[in-house]
Amino acid sequence: MAFLNNLISGISLGSVYAIIALGYTMVYGIAKMLNFAHGDVIMIGAYVSFCATSYMGLSPLLSVLLAAAVCTVLGVLIERLAYKPLREATSLAVLITAIGVSYFLQNAALLLWTANPKSFSSIVGNGSVSLFDGGLIISHVTLATVAACVIIMIALTLFTSKTKMGTAMRAVSEDKGAAQLMGINVNTTISVTFAIGSALAAVAGVLLCSAYPLLVPTTGSMPGIKAFTAAVFGGIGSIPGALLGGLMLGIIEIMSRAYISMQLSDAIVFAVLIVVLIVKPDGLLGSRRNEKV
Amino acid sequence: MKKLFSAGRRDYTISFGIVIIAYLVVQAMIMTGSITSSFKGQLVPICAYIVMAVSLNLTVGVLGELSLGHAGFMSVGAFTGIVVTTTLADIIPIGPLRLAIAMVAGGLGAGLAGVLVGVPVLRLKGDYLAIVTLAFGQIIMNIVNVLYIGKDENGLHFSLLEQKFKLGEGGKMIINGPIGVSGVSKLSTFTAGAVLVLVTLFLILNLMHSRTGRAVMAMRDNAIAAESIGISITRYKLLAFVASAVFAGMAGTLYAMNYSTVTAAKFDFNTSILVLVFVVLGGLGNIWGSMIAAALLTVLPELLRAVNDYRMLLYAVLLIAMMLFNNSKLKQRLLARRQKEVE
Repeated sequence: MAFLNNLISGISLGSVYAIIALGYTMVYGIAKMLNFAHGDVIMIGAYVSFCATSYMGLSPLLSVLLAAAVCTVLGVLIERLAYKPLREATSLAVLITAIGVSYFLQNAALLLWTANPKSFSSIVGNGSVSLFDGGLIISHVTLATVAACVIIMIALTLFTSKTKMGTAMRAVSEDKGAAQLMGINVNTTISVTFAIGSALAAVAGVLLCSAYPLLVPTTGSMPGIKAFTAAVFGGIGSIPGALLGGLMLGIIEIMSRAYISMQLSDAIVFAVLIVVLIVKPDGLLGSRRNEKV
Repeated sequence: MKKLFSAGRRDYTISFGIVIIAYLVVQAMIMTGSITSSFKGQLVPICAYIVMAVSLNLTVGVLGELSLGHAGFMSVGAFTGIVVTTTLADIIPIGPLRLAIAMVAGGLGAGLAGVLVGVPVLRLKGDYLAIVTLAFGQIIMNIVNVLYIGKDENGLHFSLLEQKFKLGEGGKMIINGPIGVSGVSKLSTFTAGAVLVLVTLFLILNLMHSRTGRAVMAMRDNAIAAESIGISITRYKLLAFVASAVFAGMAGTLYAMNYSTVTAAKFDFNTSILVLVFVVLGGLGNIWGSMIAAALLTVLPELLRAVNDYRMLLYAVLLIAMMLFNNSKLKQRLLARRQKEVE
């Protein structure tokens, strides 16, 4: 039973990683950039939701919607102001700019909300469902997280395969130049990608803080790095890869915390990543790109 | 060819000259007391960061591979250095000599870590390589965080996760898990830092202008072309990567010996990123740029002290603005105009 309980908390954490990893993977697929500020968008989303429920008295669901809206605007603004002028620059220049944006968001949050940790109250309450006479306890947060992850995955898969914008996204990620020649507005497509990624980050932030209720300006950094790892793990640029990578990372983290060592769980997660990349250099579901002379 | 070589020589002389002059000026300012104590405290970290930036430039600028875990090597160097100085405390009483030995040991330790990281990393390319270096940086931090090393009359004792050994009478803990190291004898001085900068500069400039350096740069510009003329990709990649790790290790020793307490968390992902920022702002492959960027950006938060609460925010804005300016049409236009004036 303990194993099952651990497995469930692993899936719950993994679902959050998967939602964050989707944002990384979509942006990477289309703009070919590592958006290091993504983790901090998560944090902003959680703060917005926190303020909406504690100061403005909004209902939890409304607060999530508000957080998603604020983060969407923020994501698009960041893309327009900081990344768009660097479309032709080297990937390293974009990376450093993304790091600058990450510093900016963290320090802005520090000024706005101070370094004092805020205790985030779960959006779905602290209740739980117990099965097998209390042998198996599943909290409402876990249920909500897994449900959100499943819904988001299905919606995104349908979006990218069925809609015109989704097709445009896939085209841009395949070949930017050719997509432009086919009449696709590349800039709009990239903006939409950032908008979706940031809205997902807000949802992930709220879910993350519902499970781990301490909210500080650096809340987003470590989950951001882990989710980025998850995206690479599954094969960066691939949506099912992000789900698989996120889930596996969450499960490995919780399992190694429970059965191997509390303090070494991060090291184990990263060691597994390295082994996977050595065996499969493009991630689990990544597509192999052959180099041409 | 001969001309190119002599140009290289002149470049060296100027480089060393400027470092020595900068050192003497700062030394004079210390003696006349025209320097604030907070700035004085930054001198050794500045030297350490200069060495870090120059060594990372070897990986990112000269080899052309993005590394996000450079602080991991700094950490290995720092803690190796601390263990060595504490062990040798009774045998070698002369501080500077002990520091030099510790630095060499720190460099070797980090170099060994570099080989361990480098061998698997070489299979990967681009962003995948970056993420693996990030992962290694995290693993190193995590392991140092649960490392316990103590010393007593029977020698050194190691254990992981928890303190599994008992120290004898008069024994001393060197590394105490997450609490890290405390009570380090502060051996690092500004002079030691300046010497390390000069040594690093000498070795790296020589490496860059040697046959090896040219092979590495050829590989960066076009790996397939380089391989086809007989340059062993694996060998030179590993060589550049390990050399970079060795210097980072020495910088780590210098840095750690400047503080009385050191924890593993000091050398986290943010430190790796900080050094990467120096390298990119200074210009890839440009050793001078790295040095200036490292020195300026280490002092910058101090200079922005006047705006106190807003300084890190301002730092972020300046960073973004500099990156945007570096890649803007405005800069190209300004450069073109200056070119015209010269003509």
